[in-house]
Amino acid sequence: MAASRMVIVALCALTLAACTPSVNGELLVSAASSLTDAFADVEAAFEAANPEVDVVMNFGSSSSLREQIIEGAPVDVFASANTSNMDQVVEAGEADGGELIVTNLLQIAVPVGNPAGIVGLEDFANEELLIGLCAEAVPCGDFGRQALENAGVTPAIDTNEPDVRALLTKIEAGELDAGITYVTDVLSSDGAVEGIEIPGEFNVVAEYPIAALVNAPNPDAAGAFVEFVLSDEGQSILASYGFSSP
Amino acid sequence: MKPARGTGGPPVLLIILGISGLALFALPLAGLLARTPWAKLGSLLTGDVVTDALGLSLLTSLAATAIAAIIGVPLAWLLARVDFPGRTIARGLVTLPLVLPPVVGGAALLFAFGRRGLFGQPLNEATGLLLPFSVWGVILANTFVATPFLVITVEGALRNLDQRFEGAAATLGARRWTVMRRVTLPMIGPSLVAGLVLTWARALGEFGATITFAGNLQGRTQTLPLAVFVALESDRDTAIALSLVMVAVSLTVLVALRERWWKGL
Repeated sequence: MAASRMVIVALCALTLAACTPSVNGELLVSAASSLTDAFADVEAAFEAANPEVDVVMNFGSSSSLREQIIEGAPVDVFASANTSNMDQVVEAGEADGGELIVTNLLQIAVPVGNPAGIVGLEDFANEELLIGLCAEAVPCGDFGRQALENAGVTPAIDTNEPDVRALLTKIEAGELDAGITYVTDVLSSDGAVEGIEIPGEFNVVAEYPIAALVNAPNPDAAGAFVEFVLSDEGQSILASYGFSSP
Repeated sequence: MKPARGTGGPPVLLIILGISGLALFALPLAGLLARTPWAKLGSLLTGDVVTDALGLSLLTSLAATAIAAIIGVPLAWLLARVDFPGRTIARGLVTLPLVLPPVVGGAALLFAFGRRGLFGQPLNEATGLLLPFSVWGVILANTFVATPFLVITVEGALRNLDQRFEGAAATLGARRWTVMRRVTLPMIGPSLVAGLVLTWARALGEFGATITFAGNLQGRTQTLPLAVFVALESDRDTAIALSLVMVAVSLTVLVALRERWWKGL
């Protein structure tokens, strides 16, 4: 035990990485569901660098995570898929301000083989097709509606899903003909859905802020985690999932 | 009133535990009432999200209860009275929706009755009928999760029924269908009503299977629980108003029926 700890301290000193072996205990991170896969990797890397910390991930739509935090859930770190949910957490006095970690773009997701022959956003107005979006309060729902508005399309929506993962599940199953998700979701689906580009003039850049919360039960670890996500190592993990650096 | 010495009042421990149990149900309701924006409740309740959801919830929960009665009572009778191979497995199957997380139940319904589902695909090809994202999908999801309450209640009542009454009716020349209608059903009446009420209440509150199988669209598949869930993140006052509607509707029905039918249970 003592020996392995010495090794870690030595490694930290050698690599000059932002790891502080003094942090320990449980760390509760509430993260947007579009970060699910990327943050699972971030968690593993952070725990490898800080073996005394047990990171617990709580994924959900940014809006529901925001509500939990404002209602007093003992969360240490909040990573949102848009700035407005972070702003509301800051307004409620639960965070001092968010730091941008990554950006993401929207893409149309369709089932494998694109059975409905979707070409672009204009197909979302077709009453005959089964179209899904995220619900309005959810970042992907808000961004998706913006993109459709930019393209001048009034969508014939069949369902407003509670978060981006629920939407993807229905597209993967072929129950929906198309939906608007993030580029990263299509990439991480490993071919279970196909992506169709949304032209830059209509697309919306999603900005992901992160913050260590004011009332974090484990403030040291919270600070270390945020620093880790912003470090080169954290950023390269996120980039491997298709996120762009801000 | 002071309990007489010797006969003893209710044990103190029992009272404390019982009141704790009551508090478990009363405190969340108090929390809800404390956050209620009473001043603008009137305008919130007449908003189209609320009225659409209330109408759809009443329609789908009553439809599910009706279907449950039509298929659930015969199923309960089979399970209670007919000794067929695999009866134990059949009983287990009936309780499946009680154990499965509703979201998983909804996913299972999707795999079975979805557009690409095991039975949904041939159904869609033959008739053009599409259950997900339609009011029929909501009714199916409600029926799936709620029917076990009826089957279990009625089956229990049938098994406890003294069969000599039915035997006597048969000896007096009543045909089997008449015995069922005139003797069996009236005797299990209170259990049947209790089962129907539980089924309806469960259908009214159904969330997970509905959102997974039928989706969420105002006026088509967005029932009260779905509307509450969506509104909770965007418009909390409406969410609370919706929750109060659910509490009011269900309490009214449950209290009224309890007075009328459940006294003996």
